[in-house]
Amino acid sequence: MAWKTLDRTEPVYDKDAPVVLSEAVRRKIESYFPRYETKRAVLLPALHVVQESLGHVSWKAMAEVAEILEIPPSDVLDTISFYTHFWTKPKGRKVITVCRSISCELMGGREMLDAVKAKLGIGEHETTPDGEYSLVTEECLAGCDHAPCMLINERLHKNVRLEDVEKILADLENDRIDAQRSDLYDAPDEPEAGQSGDDAADATSDVAEMKAAD
Amino acid sequence: MGKYEPVLLRSVGVADSRTLAVYQSRGGYAGARKALTQMSSEEVIEEVKRANLRGRGGAGFPAGVKWTFLPKDRTRTYLCVNGDESEPPTFSNRVLMEHDPHQLIEGVIIAGYATKAQVAYIYLRVEFHEQFHHMQTAVDEAYAAGILGKNIFGSGYDLDVYVHRGAGAYVCGEETGLIESLEGKRGWPRIKPPFPAIEGLFRKPTVVNNVETLCNLPHIIERGADWFLGVGPQGSSGPKLFCVSGPVKRPGCYESPMDITCEELIMSDKFGRGMTDGAKVKAVFPGGISMGVLSADELGMKMDFDDPRNFGLLGLGTAAAVVVNTDTDIREVLRNLARFYALESCGQCTQCRMGTSWMYRIAQRIALGAGRLEDLDLFEEVSGRMGMMPGLSICGLPDGATFPLRGLIQKFRGEFEEHIRNQAPGRADELLTVLN
Ligand SMILES: Cc1cc2nc3c(=O)[nH]c(=O)nc-3n(C[C@H](O)[C@H](O)[C@H](O)COP(=O)(O)O)c2cc1C
Ligand code: SF4
Ligand code: FES
Repeated sequence: MAWKTLDRTEPVYDKDAPVVLSEAVRRKIESYFPRYETKRAVLLPALHVVQESLGHVSWKAMAEVAEILEIPPSDVLDTISFYTHFWTKPKGRKVITVCRSISCELMGGREMLDAVKAKLGIGEHETTPDGEYSLVTEECLAGCDHAPCMLINERLHKNVRLEDVEKILADLENDRIDAQRSDLYDAPDEPEAGQSGDDAADATSDVAEMKAAD
Repeated sequence: MGKYEPVLLRSVGVADSRTLAVYQSRGGYAGARKALTQMSSEEVIEEVKRANLRGRGGAGFPAGVKWTFLPKDRTRTYLCVNGDESEPPTFSNRVLMEHDPHQLIEGVIIAGYATKAQVAYIYLRVEFHEQFHHMQTAVDEAYAAGILGKNIFGSGYDLDVYVHRGAGAYVCGEETGLIESLEGKRGWPRIKPPFPAIEGLFRKPTVVNNVETLCNLPHIIERGADWFLGVGPQGSSGPKLFCVSGPVKRPGCYESPMDITCEELIMSDKFGRGMTDGAKVKAVFPGGISMGVLSADELGMKMDFDDPRNFGLLGLGTAAAVVVNTDTDIREVLRNLARFYALESCGQCTQCRMGTSWMYRIAQRIALGAGRLEDLDLFEEVSGRMGMMPGLSICGLPDGATFPLRGLIQKFRGEFEEHIRNQAPGRADELLTVLN
């Protein structure tokens, strides 16, 4: 929730830690500059690319983004803490976003959420021990004609029946979409680019945690 | 009345409708070409004004009139396309972008030309993944074909179009929240005035229009304002998309003139085809949840821009109806909606931040079987003390919260009272401390 502040008990990041953003990521961020009048306006695209490339946006990554955009790191934190999409701690390789709004609830969304939880053995804002899945809920995904629905990364699963949940979760390709993709917001290609997620066990999103705390 | 031929959704069901080749083979970009090569900016504005194209994003403000608020002596103008679509249960913009991204791009070119914009941003909510790829692919295609960029159709008009993704926040659909978000900040709506037309994105004159609003432009330019005025009732002219979802037989997005009633949208064979399992309608939120609620005996409401006010609703909103059947516990509906606003309030304004949270807490209490009869009055009191209308808030989110929530309490008061009377005794006291 937007008006709660981040947990300040967390240690401030180590300024001298090794650089986390690769050259390719930096170049990709800079490639957005001509699109906007200010460098700050590149912040959301930059955070998307960082999250795509590192799996989450760590404090160190925030500081490096701030440097590239020539804005104070606090501005990056201010923005990132507002939006539910960004993770400041490691998340699973796939994020399941279950719709909790009215049409989905009327069509069995809560039962679908319970089935997902039971199958994965995790609750909302948690990650499976193998780092494969994180689970969150969101308001209306604009797929209400296919209620109840949920996103797995990019793919919207529609009209999910309880008996389908297991099959969907077992499908290794359940996050792939069947459409021509644009790489505009993707992580740049680089041989050593690794998805984080190895150490994603017990990971939670700060922002998501706050949502749960209401 | 003869069969209505869809205009905005004419590409649904056409093979490869997303591609430029198919779009052009079916007459696409003729409107933009006509506007740019045969009309002046002023003539385009005049035509759109005459058509009385009212904004489809929720407020219903005439697009042509909004464009005239731009200062005459401006040198830089931005166009922001509002594709945030996060009002539950609305999905018409999604359908437009899924089936016909070039129709939107054509609308953007026409609006850009009319407003003399140099740059347009298509702001998409981040949950629109496929739709992002469709839009970006179409934009790339349009650039490659010389339809975007420099000297479009040899007219000398230049326009750059960028797709920009949000990051998950309902309030970024509010036009100044969208602008702040585009600037890389939290999506906190701005105090108005100044309105975006004077000081918007990067403090420059800016027009924000909804996806569906813009998709109408190619057709208005091609067929003329008189055609548009001839579709549907006076004051609510033009084709319109309606969504219907919930326990109906055929949930979906349908196009029609605005001469239909809410009942037709749910029951007619052309639209929702009636309720599933023979259930009856208990309540309908006909304009997205934020406009308010209709009880089962109010379904005769016309789905146009004006009639909703006669039923205590805020307006037509997004014309997306969600139907609640008689098997549903009205307390759960109240709780679900109250949670939405409490979690999506951006928190800048005290009345909205606290008011939505209080309403959520009361709604939870009632839903958990711990309500008190005085909670219903308290609820009405809280909801009457927030929003833009009493002049207490920066944006319209709390107005959108009070209309459905207070509407539920008022129109279904008997049912709430009955639930509260039948609660297990003592539960209210037990839970009061937890939820206060
Ligand atoms: C809380 C809130 C959320 C809104 N969300 C949206 C939205 O998701 N999409 C949209 O087009 N308009 C939304 N609006 C309305 C916009 O502020 C604005 O009126 C609209 O984009 C203008 O476009 P139009 O004139 O073409 O309708 C929202 C308004 C408020 C107060
Ligand atoms: S009214 Fe609510 S949502 Fe709108 S700016 Fe104020 S706090 Fe934010
Ligand atoms: S209510 Fe679930 S997608 Fe809209």
